[in-house]
Amino acid sequence: MTEPMTPLWEVFIRAKAGLAHRHVGSLHAADAEMALQAARDVYTRRGEGVSLWVVPSVAITASDPGDEAALFEPAASKPYRHPTFYPVPKEVGDM
Amino acid sequence: MTTFVMPFDYVLGLADDALVLGHRLSEWCGHAPLLEEELALANIGLDLIGQARALYDHAGALEGKGRDQDTLAYRRDAPAWRNLLLVEQPNGDFAVTIARQFLYSAYAAPFWRAMTASPDANLAGIAASAANETAYHRRHASEWLVRLGDGTAESRRRAQAAIDLLWPYTGEMFAVDGTVTALVADGIAADPAALRAGWDETVAAVLAEATLVRPADGWMQSGGRRGQHSEHLGYILAELQFLQRAYPGGQW
Repeated sequence: MTEPMTPLWEVFIRAKAGLAHRHVGSLHAADAEMALQAARDVYTRRGEGVSLWVVPSVAITASDPGDEAALFEPAASKPYRHPTFYPVPKEVGDM
Repeated sequence: MTTFVMPFDYVLGLADDALVLGHRLSEWCGHAPLLEEELALANIGLDLIGQARALYDHAGALEGKGRDQDTLAYRRDAPAWRNLLLVEQPNGDFAVTIARQFLYSAYAAPFWRAMTASPDANLAGIAASAANETAYHRRHASEWLVRLGDGTAESRRRAQAAIDLLWPYTGEMFAVDGTVTALVADGIAADPAALRAGWDETVAAVLAEATLVRPADGWMQSGGRRGQHSEHLGYILAELQFLQRAYPGGQW
């Protein structure tokens, strides 16, 4: 659906200081400032965050689902890349 | 330390402003032009209704006759309401709703900020959250007004018509009666005259960015604070109060 007056924006929220912004959804708005306000009203009504990003959806370059096998399959056969074969000293605690 | 007793009528007027405007915004529920704006208007309405509830509780306690927030909201006829005429004006088109919100919150945000210094601790507490809420309402309405005014020829025409329509209701925000004068003299309430310059500045800046013309300050409507309302309040109360009038004390 194309809406030239109110293009699509992707919304990212930082839940609290120190955490990364996470994608939470999208919305329609006329420009960046209106998108920011709409994001505040649509996505932070229950104290979800302390910081907002809005990004024009057209600015996102996405991988092609058809390339899934070529892009991601090769990683499946390389379990040694996961740090699961190393005993963690007790003093380290939670990682 | 002196204990201050705010006049019941004064707090009631603030509560009525918040409830009536909140009710007006609730009328947009299901009718807003965008899903995003639907939520924004409902959010703002809920902020205002929340302010009203706290203010009614406080007013009821000051009055000391056992009237709680529901009694005050649901069991008074129009002449007993003390809200500004501005907030009871009909939603009109989206431009009128935005213009009304802008003109009111450009006043309410600095008003509540000033009231955080009130020696009435309850009122100061309510003011602290209301100041943040109305500052956002002002921002929301300002941004919309700029885009409507500086938008298409049609949106500009409607935005200017909305400002012109509501302008005669803006003087009442800064009008003072004997009660307010006494409260200001005692340092208990914010001085409306002192808020005037800031309001003028906000309005001038936003209207300029919106390429809209500030109407001349002619004759101003008044009477809301004395219980003399436009016909519109009666219709609001008919809808707002129907259930409690038909089923007094009904709970859900």
